[in-house]
Amino acid sequence: MSEAPTHERGRTVKHESATLHVTGRASYIDDLPEPKSLLHLAPGLSARAHARVVSLDFSEVLAVPGVVRVLTCADIVGQNQVSPVHAEDEPLLADGVVHHVGQIVFVVVATERGIARRAARKARITYEDLPAVLDIATAQSGEEDLVWRPLTMERGQAEAALEASPRRLGGSLTLGGQEHFYLEGQVALAQPGEAGEMRVWSSTQHPSETQHLVASVLGRPHHLVTTEVRRMGGGFGGKETQANSCACLAALAAELTGQAVKMRLDRDDDMMTTGKRHDFSIAYEVGFTPRGDILAVDMTLSARCGWSADLSGPVTDRALFHADNAYYYPDVRLHSRAFRTNTQSNTAFRGFGGPQGIVAAERLIEEIAFATGQDPLDIRLRNLYGTGHRDVTPYHMTVEDSISDLVLTRLAEQCDYRKRRAALRAFNAQSRILRKGIAITPVKFGISFTATHYNQAGALVHVYTDGSVQVNHGGTEMGQGLHTKMVQIVMREFALPAEMVRITATTTGKVPNTSATAASSGADLNGMAVLDAVTRIKSRMIDYAAAKWQVSPQDIRFTTDGVRIGHEIVPFRQLAWEVYFARISLSANGFYRTPRISWNPATGRGRPFYYFAYGAACAEVTIDRLTGENTIDRVDILHDAGESLNPEIDIGQIEGGFVQGAGWLTTEELVWDKEGVLKTHAPSTYKIPACSDRPRIFNVSLLENAPNREETIYRSKAVGEPPFVHGVAVLHALSDAIASVDDYRRCPRLDAPATPEAILRCLARLEGEPL
Amino acid sequence: MRHAIRFYLGDTLHTVAGEACSMTLLDWLRHQGRTGTKEGCNEGDCGACTVIVIRLRRGRLAVRAVNACIQLVAMLDGACVMTVEDVGGPDALHPVQKAMVAASGSQCGFCTPGFVMSMIAYRCMDGAPDDDASIDAALAGNLCRCTGYAPIVRAMKQALSIPGAPGGVSGGAPGNAPGSTPGSTAGDEDGAGAAFEARIAALQPRLLALAASDDVEIDTGTSSLFIPAHAESLAARLVAHPGTVMVAGATDVGLWITKGMRALPRLAFIAQCPDLLRLEETRSGLHVGAAVTYEEVAAPFGRMLPSFGALIARIGSTPIRNSATLCGNIANGSPIGDGPPALIAADAVLHLRHGDARRDLPLDAYFLAYGKQDLAAGEFVEGVTIPRPAPDTFYRVYKVSKRFDQDISAVCGAFALRRDAEGRIVHIRIAFGGMAATPCRARETEAFLLGRVWNEETLAKSRDILTRDFTPLSDMRASAWYRMRVAGNLLIRFFEESREAADDPDNPNVPGAPNVLEKSRGLSHV
Ligand SMILES: Cc1cc2nc3c(=O)[nH]c(=O)nc-3n(C[C@H](O)[C@H](O)[C@H](O)COP(=O)(O)OP(=O)(O)OC[C@H]3O[C@@H](n4cnc5c(N)ncnc54)[C@H](O)[C@@H]3O)c2cc1C
Ligand code: FES
Ligand code: FES
Repeated sequence: MSEAPTHERGRTVKHESATLHVTGRASYIDDLPEPKSLLHLAPGLSARAHARVVSLDFSEVLAVPGVVRVLTCADIVGQNQVSPVHAEDEPLLADGVVHHVGQIVFVVVATERGIARRAARKARITYEDLPAVLDIATAQSGEEDLVWRPLTMERGQAEAALEASPRRLGGSLTLGGQEHFYLEGQVALAQPGEAGEMRVWSSTQHPSETQHLVASVLGRPHHLVTTEVRRMGGGFGGKETQANSCACLAALAAELTGQAVKMRLDRDDDMMTTGKRHDFSIAYEVGFTPRGDILAVDMTLSARCGWSADLSGPVTDRALFHADNAYYYPDVRLHSRAFRTNTQSNTAFRGFGGPQGIVAAERLIEEIAFATGQDPLDIRLRNLYGTGHRDVTPYHMTVEDSISDLVLTRLAEQCDYRKRRAALRAFNAQSRILRKGIAITPVKFGISFTATHYNQAGALVHVYTDGSVQVNHGGTEMGQGLHTKMVQIVMREFALPAEMVRITATTTGKVPNTSATAASSGADLNGMAVLDAVTRIKSRMIDYAAAKWQVSPQDIRFTTDGVRIGHEIVPFRQLAWEVYFARISLSANGFYRTPRISWNPATGRGRPFYYFAYGAACAEVTIDRLTGENTIDRVDILHDAGESLNPEIDIGQIEGGFVQGAGWLTTEELVWDKEGVLKTHAPSTYKIPACSDRPRIFNVSLLENAPNREETIYRSKAVGEPPFVHGVAVLHALSDAIASVDDYRRCPRLDAPATPEAILRCLARLEGEPL
Repeated sequence: MRHAIRFYLGDTLHTVAGEACSMTLLDWLRHQGRTGTKEGCNEGDCGACTVIVIRLRRGRLAVRAVNACIQLVAMLDGACVMTVEDVGGPDALHPVQKAMVAASGSQCGFCTPGFVMSMIAYRCMDGAPDDDASIDAALAGNLCRCTGYAPIVRAMKQALSIPGAPGGVSGGAPGNAPGSTPGSTAGDEDGAGAAFEARIAALQPRLLALAASDDVEIDTGTSSLFIPAHAESLAARLVAHPGTVMVAGATDVGLWITKGMRALPRLAFIAQCPDLLRLEETRSGLHVGAAVTYEEVAAPFGRMLPSFGALIARIGSTPIRNSATLCGNIANGSPIGDGPPALIAADAVLHLRHGDARRDLPLDAYFLAYGKQDLAAGEFVEGVTIPRPAPDTFYRVYKVSKRFDQDISAVCGAFALRRDAEGRIVHIRIAFGGMAATPCRARETEAFLLGRVWNEETLAKSRDILTRDFTPLSDMRASAWYRMRVAGNLLIRFFEESREAADDPDNPNVPGAPNVLEKSRGLSHV
């Protein structure tokens, strides 16, 4: 294979749509030219958390001028079922019983979106209430209703080891959920075609699943349905399964009316209807030595899953996979429980349960640090995975690539952690109202889908006779820069400038049977598939050139000057033309499947991850003891992206991931009332970080000279989810600041989200005041 | 009487009548094929719909970022709207767009056009500062879920660094006439920045030609929209149709439409009514007319009551404050509005008008009960007067919310204090938002404090008494416990700051901060 002379140039490529973004020319689904006589949908939502639907009266809805019809579950042609994991517990439209406030009961089809929305409110539904389970506490106290099998990971004898531990403590932790708040809400456009064909433009991270579910709702084979998405206005996991409903409903209405139909959810409806990050309640016991070495861990992680299984199984599994974070637990038992509740069906969200597990691990560290009177960093360093010893995870996978020690130590030095920590303590001793805190936390994140069969990808690359190239693959672009990276691979292999490589919309018509763009795997999987396709075309071109110019294939290189064939330089376009003229295909499929992985949930053993991505973050904060308000004063991050495919894009992922993670643990609070109504269903009440919430000082760097030990695309590492975890440093820095009021005697046990109110409560508790 | 409105979209004059006038500007733009302007929330909170609206305000060009999702088309009479499609295409990027590309300021790109418009509006402002805190304030109304904002702020700084660019058009403090386009084109080689600014400058005569001298009435089929040319005709209209809903900035009313989907049969739009634009700073105080926006009152308040000025910087966001009026904040009657407690503590007086009859009311008397104000049918707020505080008054207002910027207060507490030579309290006002069904004074606490010496002991007792003044509610913003506790703690804050100020007797009104952490919000990037 030839050298890649454009390597460095390629690494600095800007986002392939940057110019379109800034000029407003980038098209999202709602911006596409609207087909003739387009109809619009608006959902009618359940007002009850759990109830039998006694009657539905749409007479006033239908009386609104412009309303075409109302669709209920009775109108569904095929299956009224959109469970992505075949749990068969998720009807597209409620069928007799509603399971949460906000569930879609019916949809109004109208000539205008505004008409549909106004009319939807005129429906009269009578309910007969059933007992509702709204939160984890209630779910735990009743008869266990789980949406997924519990998972236990066990190594050694946790119970006996806890008994034998010289020191031991236990506690619990609650962690709130998180709304994705992708800026572009859920949207789909369906257009019926001839002979039962249906084309669906959907803002989906998983076009194949959307295709399959549309087909199933319409009672059709897959080959009649094509799903397409050029880009999403953000996804973060919130469009992995949650995009399916809009697509299926639009397709159903299109099927029944014979007209094109668009469904774009209003933000409030979107937040009322769709699932969010799982909130967790975690009970832990840890045994340790007086020096702070962990000896045994026993943890139960319970999640509020909402009304249906959705992806809660793999999410709670992944929480367990990360409940060790970067730490070795000699004897361990981890257990998950995925509770069904009468709330939105929680789903994938950047990290997919992993961050929740990691927060639990970091709580253990913090507890031990307070219990032994040490700097939490020392407890962290003491308990990291080793190499060659102390390197087996609770799921019996050997960690072969641990660099946590290097990353933590280097970051602590770079950002002067120890000196600053001492200075902040001195500040706190003098300051009555403002208190400062600092914390440094590591991340070790497992890369691969734990559903092994998902770890495959396809690509389709065409070289045209003018030497321009079109690349397609199964991954979707949601802002993470996946398409840019795929273009870079083609540029690098063919040594072509960016203008010669065009990436087009993701469509099930070009690359079929794809996996969701999720689990940070987009570039790893699709990149290798693209490389495979390009390599196939390249080798055909090389074979042709070798024969014609009578040189050895080793003497053919693709360079920015053209294809070097022996001593001659032939323009790429000329070679492309000649290859075509010689009747050799310039189009190829690429395919990839991740090697070395396996996982058996029944035994809780395997090697579910191809490799781990590492990093560490240090956060410094100030809190106001009178109000609990706080600021993030400084953040330093050192992150491992392997041999980064595009450092600027990767740093963007880290900065954005950090801020999103910090938001999850601080201002982003989901509040349901006693009736199960989500009260924070709009940005007026649900507060994601704003511009001024980013750290005052924000230093992000990539770990240098750290190629992936595994053979990933150009030895890079996945970078989508791991940086989200860096937000955990903020929670611990806040905790450190709070601990100052008690002279660092007790672990504050600060739960998340650490809103100003949560901080003030924690302060009051440490100060021994009644709450 | 006109029956259509006129405004420019880019360079094209549109005359719009009928139903279209009651659409939101966002929907109308997207129907026009201007899909660069996005909908992220439809309630003024995310900024994806940000456009620039240029108007003649008091005879001068004002270039403002606004949220298109909660503006009604009728409100644009006499204005010019610029969307992302107007500022620079792929072949000739505006310096802001160029900087956004260079800094990787977009990921999914959905928030990007809105950011670009806010950034351009900011760059149009006279001497727009390039420090982090000022940029944060300018961008507080634009949410981005992907980037974490850092690259966007870097892009903003880069765009501001292009020499000669800012100050070309007057979008900031009233004063500079437009016209002076940038001298240098470095960073704007394609000239898109200069071209955009020149187009804005050239709007003055065009907008002058549109200036309304007659009332406008539009029948949309389902509602009647009235745009008075004078307060006179507004007063008459309200007497004739007392059920008319007044619309000033529409930052509250807009949501009744986009979220409440309320049918409003009669609306009167007052935001451009010239005689309601009065804004006077005199020796006796500040008079603010009903059409004056928060953005316009920020500077005068900053001069008279710096702490109030700092509060204004945290009400909504820049695009919200560009539309929202101080009087709308009062008239809306919300128990969680920030203006009312701050104004009550400052002894503001409300000016009400019914036909030709006028009456004045101390502001705290206006709020009768939840959702009920002392406003007769057909009556309206003409303005509000805030008396200049006596020189030894110590005044503070503190806003406490879950998120620092663009959030509704959990608690907003405002305090005014005067002491005699012996340190006894001779004047005390304590007003809270978020603590009761209306914005209201802590009367028992005030009565207790009056005549007492302001010391630790008095403070401790007053915190206890405060719990008798209020029984706050729990909701998604905060629990009753938090509200009560914070209200008491704000008394501590006020006490401590008043003592600090007493140490500095020349300047009792020093840096008013609605939040003590604010000082540490001066950001820097290493
Ligand atoms: C995103 C967002 C953020 C916000 N943040 C804040 C915040 O931080 N703090 C805060 O206090 N508020 C906030 N608000 C609420 C709102 O911006 C303020 O209440 C604003 O001052 C209202 O002014 P307006 O001119 O837009 O009022 P409008 O919406 O035009 O009118 C509001 C009400 O007042 C009535 N009205 C208006 N003018 C008159 C008059 N002259 N006489 C009689 N009645 C009149 C209207 O009929 C209506 O009932 C926010 C709103 C949004 C959308
Ligand atoms: S759409 Fe969010 S502010 Fe207008
Ligand atoms: S780039 Fe995606 S929301 Fe800002």
